[in-house]
Amino acid sequence: MDTAVEKKKRGRKKANQYSKETYLEWYELMLRIRRFEERALMMYGQQKVRGFCHVYIGQEALAAGIESAIRKEDAIVTAYRQHGIALGRGVTSNEAMAELFGKETGIVKGKGGSMHFFSAENRYFGGNGIVGAQIPIGTGIAFAEQYRGTDNLCVTMFGDGAARQGALYESFNMAMSWKLPVLYIVENNGYAMGTSVKRTSNVTELYKIGSAFDMPSEVVDGMTPESVHEAITKAAEHIRAGKGPYFLEIRTYRYKGHSVSDPAKYRTKEEVKEYMDRDPVKQTEAKILKEGIATEEEIKEIKAKIKKEIDEAVKFAEESDYPDASELYTDNYVQKDYPFIRD
Amino acid sequence: MARELALRDALREAMIEEMRRDETVFLMGEEVAEYNGAYKVSKGMLDEFGPRRVIDTPIAELGFAGIGVGAAMNGLRPIVEFMTWNFAILAFDQIVNNAAKTLSQSAGQFKCPIVFRGPSGSAGQLAQQHSQTFESWMANVPGLKVISCVDPADSKGLLKSAIRDDDPICIMESEMLYGHKGEVPEGEYLVPIGKAAVRREGTDVTLVSFNKMVLTALEAADEMAKEGVSAEVIDLRTIRPLDHHTIVESVKKTNRLVVVDESWPFAGVSAEIAYEVQKYAFDYLDAPVTRVNSADTSLPYAPTLVDEYLPNAEKIIKAVKEVSYA
Ligand SMILES: Cc1ncc(C[n+]2csc(CCOP(=O)(O)OP(=O)(O)O)c2C)c(N)n1
Ligand SMILES: [Mg+2]
Repeated sequence: MDTAVEKKKRGRKKANQYSKETYLEWYELMLRIRRFEERALMMYGQQKVRGFCHVYIGQEALAAGIESAIRKEDAIVTAYRQHGIALGRGVTSNEAMAELFGKETGIVKGKGGSMHFFSAENRYFGGNGIVGAQIPIGTGIAFAEQYRGTDNLCVTMFGDGAARQGALYESFNMAMSWKLPVLYIVENNGYAMGTSVKRTSNVTELYKIGSAFDMPSEVVDGMTPESVHEAITKAAEHIRAGKGPYFLEIRTYRYKGHSVSDPAKYRTKEEVKEYMDRDPVKQTEAKILKEGIATEEEIKEIKAKIKKEIDEAVKFAEESDYPDASELYTDNYVQKDYPFIRD
Repeated sequence: MARELALRDALREAMIEEMRRDETVFLMGEEVAEYNGAYKVSKGMLDEFGPRRVIDTPIAELGFAGIGVGAAMNGLRPIVEFMTWNFAILAFDQIVNNAAKTLSQSAGQFKCPIVFRGPSGSAGQLAQQHSQTFESWMANVPGLKVISCVDPADSKGLLKSAIRDDDPICIMESEMLYGHKGEVPEGEYLVPIGKAAVRREGTDVTLVSFNKMVLTALEAADEMAKEGVSAEVIDLRTIRPLDHHTIVESVKKTNRLVVVDESWPFAGVSAEIAYEVQKYAFDYLDAPVTRVNSADTSLPYAPTLVDEYLPNAEKIIKAVKEVSYA
C-alpha cells in the first residue's frame, strides 16, 4: 500500500490519480469484506456464529480508503462493527471466521467473538462493545505515540450514536489541548440501532461537533474509497506535522439491520436503495472496467480468489477446535500463578 | 383469575398501570419509545402515553441517568431503562454518588424516588463486556434498594412497589427470560420489597438463589428429588434489603445451605448470605455453607468457556453432595 501512496503523492492530478495497484487493492479488500460478511450472516443462520453479530456491508469503502492512506505502524481502534476494519488491518479471513465460530484458531482464540477482534501484530486495538468507550482509548493510544516521540497516529472510529456519549467531548477537549496525534472518524451510517441521527440531537451535522474545540473537521463521502483516501491523507498530514487531532464525519450506510436480530423497519426501502445504487464495491468495479484500469479477466481472477479464500476460511473454522475449558482461567491476569477463587 | 404472561409483558403492565395512576411517572431510555424497547418491554407505551412520558434518549447513559436523578429530586418519578446493566456502568456516578446519597446529603430535604431497570447477567455467547451481573455491585451501596427477579407475577408486583417507593431502586431483569411465562393475577396487587419467596419446599438442603439461577436451582432440585433428596428453593427476589429471616428459618429446618449466584464469588451476594447464616444459624448448620457462582474470571465467547463459567444443575448437585457428605 505504501508504494501506492507514494505514487499518489507524486502525481496529484484530478482525474484517475490513483494507480492500478491501488484500485485493485481497494477492490480486493472491499470484496473480501463483502463476501466475508455475507458468509458470516449465513453461518449465523446456521447457528455456527452466535451472540451479537454486526456486519460492515455497505461501509467497506472506509476500510479500503483508510488503509491506503495510513501506515501499518499507525494504530486503529473501533467499535463492535469491526470485521471489515480488522480484515483491512491484515487479520486473515481464516482468523476472523474462526473467531466468529468461537474456535481456538480465531484471532483471539475464540475468546472475543464478533465484537472483539484484537491484533497487536497489526496494530489493531480492538473492537469495543461499549458504545463510545474507544474514543478516550484511541486518544490514549495517540497520547502514548506522542509520549514516545513517534510520528504515528491513532485512527479512532465510532458510530453516529457513539458521538452523543460524554466521553467524546472530554476526549476532544484533551486531545486538542494536548495536540495529540489522533484522527477521529465518525462513521455516520444514519442510525444507532433504530434511532436516526436527527432524533438524537439538535446538531445533526456531526462534523460540527469539532468546532466547539476548534478541531479541524470535515464531511466526507464514505461510499467511494477515493474520497475516503483523499480525506484521510490530508488529515494524516496535518496530524503528523504535530498540529493535533482531526475530525472526519464519513457518511456511509449499513445495508443490513443493526445486528442479526434487527429487522430494520425504521427506514424506507427507497432510502436503502439510494445508497445501494452507490454501492462502493459495484461502483469501484464499474469504474475499473469503464476506465480500463484493469481487464475483465483481472476482475474475474480477484473474484475467484476471494471466493476461494472465504470458502477456505469457513472450512478452516469448521475444522478447528473449540478452546479447552481450561482456557477460561488463562488471560485474566498476566501473573501466571494468580490465586483464583475456585470453590 | 390469573393469566399466563411473559416477563416482558408483566413488567410492561406494571409500568402502564403506574403511569395511568400517577402523572409524575415517566419512562426514559434508549430505544424505549419508537422502537418499542430493545427487548420489547415497553411495546405500545409510546402510543398510549406519547413522547412526553415515553422518551427515547441518545446513547448517553451518564447524562440521562443524571437527568432522571434531577427530575426525581424535583418531584417526578422516573423509570430509567438501561438497555443492559453493562451499560449502566457509565451511569454509576449518578446512581452511586447521587441517587443513593441525595437523602443523606440533604439531611432528608430531597428524596430521590427513581427506578433504574434493565437486564443483568449472561445471555448466551455475548462475551466479556455484555455478560456481567450487577446485584453484588449495587447492593454494596447504602441508599439503594436492589431487586432481581424473573418470575412474571412477582416482577410485576415488585416493579409497581418500586415505582411507588420513595427511595432509589435498581431492578435487575434478564435478557434471556423476557419471554419466560408465568401465571399473573388479574387486577391490582403489590409485592413487598425485601421479602424472599420459597419456590419449593424441602427438608434436606436449602438452595438460595435469585434471577434466572432460580430456574437452574429448581432444575437441580427436580433432578435430586429423583434420588430422594428434598431441596428447598428460595428466590430472594430482593437483594437489598436481604431477607435473611427466610433463609435462616429454612436453614434451621434443612441444616444445609448452598447459595446459587450468577455473580462473581469475591465479595458478592453469596458471601453476604454465608456471613448472615453463620452468624444467625451457626448452631443449626451440619456442614459449611457452600456456593455455586460464575467463575472468578471474565466470560469469553466460545461455548466451551461459557459452559465452564456458568453455574448449572450439575454443579449445584455436586455442591449439595458436598454439604451432605454424600
Ligand atoms: C454504553 C452502551 N450503551 C448502549 C449499548 C447498546 N448498543 C450497542 S450498539 C448501539 C448503537 C450504536 O450506534 P452507532 O454508534 O451509530 O454505531 P453503528 O451500530 O451504527 O455502527 C447501542 C445502543 C452499548 N453497547 N453500549
Ligand atoms: Mg450508526
